[in-house]
Amino acid sequence: MILVEDLRKQFGAVQALRGVSFSAADGRITGLLGHNGAGKSTTLRILSTVVRADAGRALVDGNDCATQSLQVRRSLGVLPHASGLYAHLSGRENILYYGRLHGMPEAALASACDTLIDRLGLREVVDRRAKGYSQGERLKVGLARALIHGPRTVILDEPTNGLDVSAVRMLRELIRELRAAGCCVLFSSHVMQEVAALCDDIVIISHGCVVARGTPDEIRASLGTSDLEEAFVRAAEIEVVAQGDPVARDATTRPGGLA
Amino acid sequence: MMRAIRTIFFKEVLENLRDRRVVMSAFLFGVLLAPVVFALTTTLASQRMAEDQERPLVLTVVGATEAPNLMRFLQENGARIERAAFPAERAIEVVRSGLHDYVLVVAPGYAEKVQSGEPAPLQLVVDTANSRAAGTTERTRRLLQAYGSQTAALRLLVRGVSPTVVAPLEIRTVDVATPAGRSLLILGMLTYFCLMSMLVGGFYLAIDTTAGERERGSLEPLLALPVTRAQLILGKMLATSAFMATSLLLTLLAFSVSLRFVPLENLGMTSNFDARVALAIFAVMVTFVPLGAGLMTVVASFTRSNREAQTWLSVVLLIPMAPIMFAVVNGTRPTNALMAIPSLSQHLLATSLMRGDGVEPVHVAISVLTTLLLGVCLMWAAVRLYRREAILG
Repeated sequence: MILVEDLRKQFGAVQALRGVSFSAADGRITGLLGHNGAGKSTTLRILSTVVRADAGRALVDGNDCATQSLQVRRSLGVLPHASGLYAHLSGRENILYYGRLHGMPEAALASACDTLIDRLGLREVVDRRAKGYSQGERLKVGLARALIHGPRTVILDEPTNGLDVSAVRMLRELIRELRAAGCCVLFSSHVMQEVAALCDDIVIISHGCVVARGTPDEIRASLGTSDLEEAFVRAAEIEVVAQGDPVARDATTRPGGLA
Repeated sequence: MMRAIRTIFFKEVLENLRDRRVVMSAFLFGVLLAPVVFALTTTLASQRMAEDQERPLVLTVVGATEAPNLMRFLQENGARIERAAFPAERAIEVVRSGLHDYVLVVAPGYAEKVQSGEPAPLQLVVDTANSRAAGTTERTRRLLQAYGSQTAALRLLVRGVSPTVVAPLEIRTVDVATPAGRSLLILGMLTYFCLMSMLVGGFYLAIDTTAGERERGSLEPLLALPVTRAQLILGKMLATSAFMATSLLLTLLAFSVSLRFVPLENLGMTSNFDARVALAIFAVMVTFVPLGAGLMTVVASFTRSNREAQTWLSVVLLIPMAPIMFAVVNGTRPTNALMAIPSLSQHLLATSLMRGDGVEPVHVAISVLTTLLLGVCLMWAAVRLYRREAILG
């Protein structure tokens, strides 16, 4: 369960977040949708406790990301934007490294690692150095690494960038499995079809503000179009008009409400 | 939580040991390059010195016919006289151009002055900037003085006066330098190499674990793990320290082997560098490791990329070398105050050990305490830097 309230963040002269609020429930897949630079990554960085918000708060399972960051990090699995694997370590060593840093006992770690390796079909490549991995193999190892400690909440930052069709299909399957297991899955993307195909709830973010949120149907209805692509574009435009006008912004964020 | 630090430490060590580029640069300099360069230069220096001793003294003389007795004396004492093919006026020009290292000019009227018992004019044209000729010039000067004293003694004897009248002092120089103590410059070079190879050993790790990790995008997910940033950076600095200590140890061992093949005796040094001394020097110098690791990590943490980190760290490598250069040039001796300066104190202690002088326990205590204290301060600074958000770049 993720709860974000009025998050604000400034980097130098750039106001990255200007009051972002949304929630993501357990057992549901929530998509954070927006153009590049809209504030998706900053929001995810605050949730993963790497960056602190200037104002507002972010809670993961009731723990505050700013003041209880260690508890938050324990319950979180993060798949970063870049795979960030260590090239000179094998896939298995990469996974075990994260498991150990999560404080897992060695026996439990070894069995969890084997389970994930089998589930992701990594058995053949997992003992090779990560240097020679394909894009898809890197993603799979990255996923195994993020899920090694069995997190309740999973955050994926643009996971489908640069993947081929079969890898994307594998990823969707895995995300649905996580939902079935009761996890809270939050993932960011700038591709509408991506989010539409997978998400139970959508949060559209633009210029550091949430401009629409709700189920795909609710968003279509509120923006008066049956095409989600069109809805996305309209939502982004509305925000530009609504900038600095709290009444107009409220109007766009009302539909759907908290999921 | 020690387990996290241990996990990070072993991962960094393993990852960097597998990187051939890192291993080569970390250990090649210390283990191969430094001892080889050192052995070569000292061998050359000692050969030069041996040659200087044995080389016959070739003396170019203008106007040799004026002074047959002097020429005979010089020849009896091992000099080979060459009559100059140029006039006295050109002597300065010839020496300045390096055609001859030095020229002896017997001035016209020399014979007459000798006859009448007046000071007879001789001119030795030398170039003191020519270090190659310094030894032989000195020998020539001593020979001429000896001839002068001999002539004076003969004149006194003829007049019935004992030559001891004009020798009121009998000066005898007692050289207390131990044989190993003479070559301060060479020993300075040795500690310089040791310190350098220690820093070079940790160079790539300091960069890879900070700027490198950020550049590859692996820092962000790492910071999202339930590990404090202090644990993270401490584990990384420990790995850097391990590489530095290993590089230092290997360098000292390589030195203790390679120095057996260098004729140090020719330089007036005994090769006091057995395994026991090497280990003592290691113990003295290893206290510098936390300082070096902290310093390099702090600097690398400020930079934005691998390349930038390398540029800055190359400059940082020179900082600990400055006090050593100063000490070598000035021939500084160990004092309590100097022991409070890291890198200089390690240099002075290591030099004393190599000379076989032994070291004062107080000096060791001051050196260890100040160096470790500064090391802890720098490591603390690195931890503080990692708490900042800007560390993500």
